[in-house]
Order: sequence, then C-alpha cells, then structure tokens
Amino acid sequence: MTTTLPAYDEVVARYEPVIGLETHVELGTNTKMWCGCPTDFGGEPNTRVCPVCLGLPGSLPVANKAAIEATIRIGLALNCSIAEWCRFARKNYFYPDMPKNFQISQYDEPLCFDGYLDVEVNGELVRIGIERVHLEEDTGKTLHVGGATGRIHGATESLVDYNRAGIPLVEIVTKPIPGTGALAPEVARAYVTELRDVIRSLGVSDVRMEEGSLRCDVNTSLNKPGEEWGTRTETKNVNSLRSVERAVRSEMLRQASVLDAGGKITQETRHFHEDTGDTTPGRSKETATDYRYFPEPDLVPLAPDTAWVAELKAALPELPRLRRKRIQQEWGLSDLDMQSVVNAGAVELIEATVAAGTTPAAARKWWLGELSRRANETGVELADVGATPAQVAELQGLVDAGKLNDKLARAVLEGVVAGEGSPTEIMTNRGLEVVSDTGALTAAVDDAIAANPDVADKVRSGKIAAAGALVGAVMKTTRGQADAKTVRELILERLGAQG
Amino acid sequence: MAAISREEVAHLARLSRLAVTEEELDTFAGQLDVILQSVAQVGEVTAADIPPTSHSVPLTNVLREDVVVPGLTPQEALSGAPDAEEQRFRVPRILDEDVAS
Repeated sequence: MTTTLPAYDEVVARYEPVIGLETHVELGTNTKMWCGCPTDFGGEPNTRVCPVCLGLPGSLPVANKAAIEATIRIGLALNCSIAEWCRFARKNYFYPDMPKNFQISQYDEPLCFDGYLDVEVNGELVRIGIERVHLEEDTGKTLHVGGATGRIHGATESLVDYNRAGIPLVEIVTKPIPGTGALAPEVARAYVTELRDVIRSLGVSDVRMEEGSLRCDVNTSLNKPGEEWGTRTETKNVNSLRSVERAVRSEMLRQASVLDAGGKITQETRHFHEDTGDTTPGRSKETATDYRYFPEPDLVPLAPDTAWVAELKAALPELPRLRRKRIQQEWGLSDLDMQSVVNAGAVELIEATVAAGTTPAAARKWWLGELSRRANETGVELADVGATPAQVAELQGLVDAGKLNDKLARAVLEGVVAGEGSPTEIMTNRGLEVVSDTGALTAAVDDAIAANPDVADKVRSGKIAAAGALVGAVMKTTRGQADAKTVRELILERLGAQG
Repeated sequence: MAAISREEVAHLARLSRLAVTEEELDTFAGQLDVILQSVAQVGEVTAADIPPTSHSVPLTNVLREDVVVPGLTPQEALSGAPDAEEQRFRVPRILDEDVAS
C-alpha cells in the first residue's frame, strides 16, 4: 500500500490546516487522586493498590487536595477562569484498564476553562487558546498475552497492573488553532514544549514524555482557503516533542493526498508510529461512543474558595517564557547561546549557581561544559548528573580564591559527581589544592633550575620563552598543583630575568 | 408513549455487556418503562426555582490531605480475582473498545 504523498509546500499552498491538542499530565502528588496509595513510577505490579483504586464494593473516593490545588495552579498559569462550582463525572466504558468499569473525570463542568498560552515560533508570538483544564484519574496498565506479538491484536488475554490506576491526571485541551499555515507542525511542537515548561515551573509534575507523565493527542484537519474547516482526525501515541511535529506534518500530507484524489476524511483515531513517522487508523467504531456521563455520586461538588484561588494566583512563579527573556538579558547571552542553555536543561541550574555567588559566565561554563558532557555520557538529565548548583558555586569559589586551577577543579568536580563530598572536602582529602606554600614552591623551582642548567642559562641570557620548560618541570614535580603563573614569576625572579 | 424503547434497552444491554434474550428485552423494556415513568413524576413537581439536584447532601469540598496510607498487599489485592498471573489480574482480551482519556 504505497501512495505517493504530495510535497509539503504544495499541500500548504492548497490547504489550510487547523490543529488542536489534548495533553494529559500525570501530577506528581504523593498519593493517588481518590485514595492514599503512593504514586511512584515503576514498582512491582499491584503493590500500590487499595479497595478504592481497585473499585471494590463499599469503598468511597475522597479527592486529593494537592491535586485540586495543582490543577487550579495549572489553570491559572494558562490564564484560565476557575470554576466557582463544578462536579466530577462518571465516564462509563468497558475496558479492564479501570477496575470500576468507569473513569472519574469531568464532563461539562471543568475546573478551569477559557484561557490561553503564548508560545514563540520563529521569534513570533502565537496565542494558543485553552478550552479547558480538567482533572481525572489515570488508568491501569494492560499487558496483552497469548498472541505472538504482544500487541492487542492476536492476544488472547490481558494481564492488568493497577498501580497507575487512580493517579491524578490533568487534561488540557486547546481551542482549535487555525491560521498557522505551513508552521502548523512547529506551532504544535512549540505549544507542547511551552506547556511542559510551564507545568515544570509550577513543580506539579515531572512532565517526562518518555515516562508517560506527559502524553499528547494531536487533532488535525485541512480545508481549502475560504471553505469550512475539514473533518479532523485524532492522532494518539505521540510520545516525544519531535513526534508532535512529525505527527501533524504526516497527517497533513496524508489528508491532502486523500482530498486531492477526491476522497473524504474519516473522523477517526489514528496511531502515530515513531519508527516510520506515519499514522495508521485505530480501531473503527461501529457505533458512536456512548460514555453515559453523569455526575459522580460518590464525590461532592468542588467549590474553590475565591480567596484560596487568589492566593494561588499570587504565588504563581514567573512564566518560563518571560523568565527566559529576563535571564538572557541579565546574563548578556545571544539568542543562540540562550538556546543552548535552554536545550541543555540548564536554565534553573545556572540560575541557582549564580544565586549562590558565581558569575553567569563561570556557572554556564561548568554546566554546559564538563557537567553536560558527563550527563550525555551517562545518559541522565543534567539536573541528575550528581552535582548541585551549591557545589558548583563552591568549586568556582575555590578557583576564584586561587586554591584550584582549572585542571584541579575538573578533578575535584569528578569527585563531586562521584559523591565523594563537597568540593572543599574533596580538595583536602585528595590533596588537590594548589601549592601556595612559597617555600615548597621555591624549592621545586630551584630543583628544576638545577636539573636543567642549559635552559636556565638561556633564560638568564634573556630568552624568556625558554622558561616554559622550567614551568613544565615544576608543574610535574608538584603534580599540577601549582599555579603556573606564580611558578613562572618565581623562576624569572630566581634567574634575574624580567617577565 | 413508552419512556424507553426496546432498541434503547438493547443498546444499554450491549454497553453493559449483558447477554439479553429477545424475550428478556420485552420484559426489561416493560419494567424499565414503569421505573422511568415513576421517576418522571418528580419532574412534575419541579419548578424553575429548584435547581437540579445531583447530590443528596449539601456539601462541597470534601478533600483529603496528600498523605500516603497503607493499602493492600498484592496477595490481598488479587485474592478476589477470578484469575491472576505474574502478580497481575488476568482477564479475557477486550477488543473494539475505546480506552479512556
């Protein structure tokens, strides 16, 4: 089944895309949405379950205050109105990923609604309308067995782990986004990126797409200029920022080829494939989905106190986009340099290091240099590399005080990452401090002069450059722990030459 | 006029995964109709100044603190399951159904 897809340029010349995004964010609360079971990622199957999240008869859910608060904060950060009164709703469906046979969600009364998020695309601001932000619960994980492929098709049984069932899940839905033209894929990516950064800045989720704590569905439709919006498809299984961009683009190309051939777009769920970048149709629905939503009888309505909401609003952190602008200015970075800081995930780390008393340039040097390299090598996030901003600031303080030179500082940093202690402790324990004892240094200089009489004579006769060999010899005997500049001055002084 | 049609009962039965025979459809449609007609009488006394009630207790904001409470062991959790494997609930495969969220 090979169809030749039209060129992207031609597609956007003939059609206008309308996109929309539904994003699910797992909150980083200690406990689940309706019960006190822990939410840690991973863990042995069915070790974080109780009668409530297993839907056992007689159990009653009680809403997690921290999850409600986190959702309101997300809504406020996205410029939403907060409902004065709203209810949870039962979404009924028959699938074993929820043991209750329904999911507690919100229907026509979302907790937050009607907001926006400004995102930057190619230096231009694009305002993305936010339709709603609501709270629901995550599902369990099913493992399909009995078939050859492990996928649902061909499987004969499913094994279910309910550790994830009931973890608070926030759904953020955009309004339809028309008018982005050829930039639609980039706008989609920029939105999810910015949304991720906003949520991360609120500290309410670790928003890791690879671990599934941020998940994205992408709606795409095409219409001819001046005509009504086309039929949209919903692409699921989009698990990275890059995939968000690719999914929109590939769906635009596919829909254009169908429309070009006089065909019609079917409203359906499609699945994105990371390996090929294509989408394929999901299970077709013979009948319209009927979730029979009704107000959740086991949970009383929510009526967030106005004063509480105002308090949460006042305590919102500076938004990432504005913060980046301010920091870039303060640090005097070019757009490109700032981008590399952002891409390395180093903004907060550098900021904290600067706050601990280091110059932006020095802080940036350590985080983007030695530590980024280390993080890349070991495949961890920069924040998890093993060094804290306070330790980096302490290290730089030792350099500034002349106790460490660059080479020694790197050795100390290695010790920090290896968990050997604070920079000062490591310097002392490993004996890495710059030799500042002039007596010991003079002795080393005298030894070097005595061992290299020819070189010493050259320096005495005015060939200052020859002193380098003597500096090298001293550095060798002090195992690199001398300050090269001081050594050089001492040598010249002993040989009666001028530097 | 009946408050619920035979087709609607069949639809609900399908959604609920209940195997209902043709005769049962007639029986249930009749019974459900009586129930719905009875409940509909409530609508006759409601007025514009009475808001729809979804909860019988006049409470809002019943919340709990975000504190871990011990739950069940996997053995306890699986003790009532018809079948289990690899410490997981074992169920027949389900196809052609939409997954939540």
